[in-house]
Amino acid sequence: MTAGPVTTAAVRLSGASAPPALVRRDYRFELIKLLTQWPIRLVLLACWLGPALLVAVISQQSALPADTLFGRYMSQTGWAGPLVVLSFSGTYVLPVVTSLVAGDVFATEDRLGTWRHLLVAVRSRRRIFAAKALASLTVIMLLAAGLAASGIVGGLAAVGNRPLVGLDGHLLAPGQAATTVLLAWASVLAPTLAFAAVGLLGSVAFGRSPLGLVMPALLALLLQIAQQLPLPVVVRVALPSYAFIGWRGLFTNPAQTGPLAIGIAVSLALAVAASALAYRLFMRRDFTDLAYDGVGRRVLVGAVLPLAALFAVTVGVIAGATPASGSGIDGAKLDRSLATAYAHIYRMQTRELHRPAVTEAELRARASCNKGDGPGANVGPGNDWRCVVTWQLPPSTAIGSAIYQLDVNPDGHYVADGDGPPLVNGFFEIQTSIGEIPNPLWEFNGQVDLLTATSPR
Amino acid sequence: MTETLTTPEPLTKPETLTVRARGIRKSFGEVVALDGVDLDVAVGQVHGLVGPNGAGKTTLLGVLLGLAVADGGDLEILGSPVRRTLALPDGVTGFVDGPGLYPSLTAWQNLAALARLRGDGPDGIGDALEQVGLTDVANDRVRGFSLGMRQRLGLAAALLTRPRLLVLDEPANGLDPIGTRHVHRVLTGLAARGTSVVLSSHRMDDLAALCSEVTLLAAGRVVFSGPVSRLASDTDELDYRLRISDPATARQVAAQTPELRVLEDDDLLRRHDAEALLVRGAVPAVDELVARLVGAGVGVRELAPVVAPLEAAFLALTATATGPSQDGDL
Repeated sequence: MTAGPVTTAAVRLSGASAPPALVRRDYRFELIKLLTQWPIRLVLLACWLGPALLVAVISQQSALPADTLFGRYMSQTGWAGPLVVLSFSGTYVLPVVTSLVAGDVFATEDRLGTWRHLLVAVRSRRRIFAAKALASLTVIMLLAAGLAASGIVGGLAAVGNRPLVGLDGHLLAPGQAATTVLLAWASVLAPTLAFAAVGLLGSVAFGRSPLGLVMPALLALLLQIAQQLPLPVVVRVALPSYAFIGWRGLFTNPAQTGPLAIGIAVSLALAVAASALAYRLFMRRDFTDLAYDGVGRRVLVGAVLPLAALFAVTVGVIAGATPASGSGIDGAKLDRSLATAYAHIYRMQTRELHRPAVTEAELRARASCNKGDGPGANVGPGNDWRCVVTWQLPPSTAIGSAIYQLDVNPDGHYVADGDGPPLVNGFFEIQTSIGEIPNPLWEFNGQVDLLTATSPR
Repeated sequence: MTETLTTPEPLTKPETLTVRARGIRKSFGEVVALDGVDLDVAVGQVHGLVGPNGAGKTTLLGVLLGLAVADGGDLEILGSPVRRTLALPDGVTGFVDGPGLYPSLTAWQNLAALARLRGDGPDGIGDALEQVGLTDVANDRVRGFSLGMRQRLGLAAALLTRPRLLVLDEPANGLDPIGTRHVHRVLTGLAARGTSVVLSSHRMDDLAALCSEVTLLAAGRVVFSGPVSRLASDTDELDYRLRISDPATARQVAAQTPELRVLEDDDLLRRHDAEALLVRGAVPAVDELVARLVGAGVGVRELAPVVAPLEAAFLALTATATGPSQDGDL
């Protein structure tokens, strides 16, 4: 405790640089602070255990969540469970956990009144920002990893490592399913990163105000509502939340990578921009102002307007770089998508009924989709799409036909509901040599590539 | 009584100063928090900052800790000029607006985390806790600590950094007499070993017990800076309360005593003692009164200032510079 003599030579100025070793120390400190909070511990536990339990239990039920993507396949393969968890996580869980962690990592110091203590101890705002950002990112990645791993373990343990039906009806072998599921989970890390950055920005900008804490969740809710609106496709894929659903394109053959790549790029751009704005606000903050409770109006200029400008630029770039227009959904795209899916699933049904093998090429399936009863244009989402699928079963020259009602979502995902004839797609179950099993043609999911150009029939 | 005392040029040589501030100015928008503040703190000195709410004490402490940079003026700490926030030499520590502890961590964990931030091991933690009298609660979470315990733990955290300049904002807040004794012992010990301490306090008794020099701030300006003893002696007239055997005679004697006024404040009398006599005057006049009372056969049972000299000086010096007390401190 002895103080040394006061000599200029002995004086070392602190805070001028941020060597990695110092950042590591600060990072550890921030990580300890986060991991000693009970809410964070509970969320970690829930993320690592909850999905496994849910998937295991739901997979054994007779009524499956067919309205959730891949939910209808939960009793058939262990790879459907983690995708159901992924769908749910992208909509609700990941934005909420980023709120809890990143949205609070700066604000907690305001609540506890520890900023001045921390600044005096660390002496570098840059290091504090880096340590807090890295620590919150680590916890968020731990939470995301828990959701993925838990869902996978639960599905494989309860149902097994079996093939998965893709979103165009083609069958993914277990190995391929595993790879694609992992890729899908990896793809949502980009939007998670973006929401975490928004959380950091909210946490820095609003101080003790709960607005900062709920900012990612609020943004997710707004974007969720926006995704349901009939927006032009270039606006839709420019929304940061699109990357949370872009992974669906990985489950078609060929994969619809365009929307996914754009979604990831948009997310990363938002992550960088929001982090930079948070850093700027943090570096400019006056810590002697004891009454500080957020930067109020400056949030508009310092955060909201730059992010809105980024969004406008993104829309412009996507509009210029892609051939898509309007909603991205039209009759020709649905014709192709439905015919492809029908052919794949018809083949699957043929196998399950132990009928002579047939290939998709031999079936020559065609579809013709029309929207509504009136003479309006065959474009846009809606549940009033009616499609007729025709096919041939060689060597017969007779043409079979089946009717489907399509409920097409604005994001390109659709549910095809069989409307007859009864022996093809009219019954929920079919009779096989091992008993009654779900009829794959009765109802199935599909995905339209929103970004491909519209082509005439 | 209320004139501003000028600060003489310091006699201390610059190389023996831990803090040398000249003309420090700091504003928050339209509000001027510091308006040309000079401050010298010598090596091993415990220096008190005192002033009414809104005087600029916390702002000045924040500037000394590097939390804010002054808008104008020159500041040297430990011989180094300070021109950017947080760009302080090693050896400067302390706290403003509370000691800043993490409630989910134990006392030990709080200090260990701080030590790790500095790249140190846990070696000094036990000693620091012992010095502030918190060894018994080392493994308790800070969530359950009283304000006084938190203040002491904050001091322990400061001790861990082996400071050469310790800056403390209201370190005596919430302390019981035992806690106060611990804190006083630690601070005087640090000063004896060469650490300079700058602390703010509203408690004049703390300042009198701890500080060799004090600086009085009012409305962002220095109204006094110098030894505590000079502050007390510069106070001319004080109010005194006397308990006497014969109040009526004593009142007559007092009225005839030169340079002494008998106070007729009924409310003041009621609050203290209906049988007491209240007078206002300088020490020689009060001495004269006592002599006259004894001469008149009036027994003087008690004589005490109504307000302590330091407090009276504080009130007198800050009365004209401020106005009504403001909420919060700048």
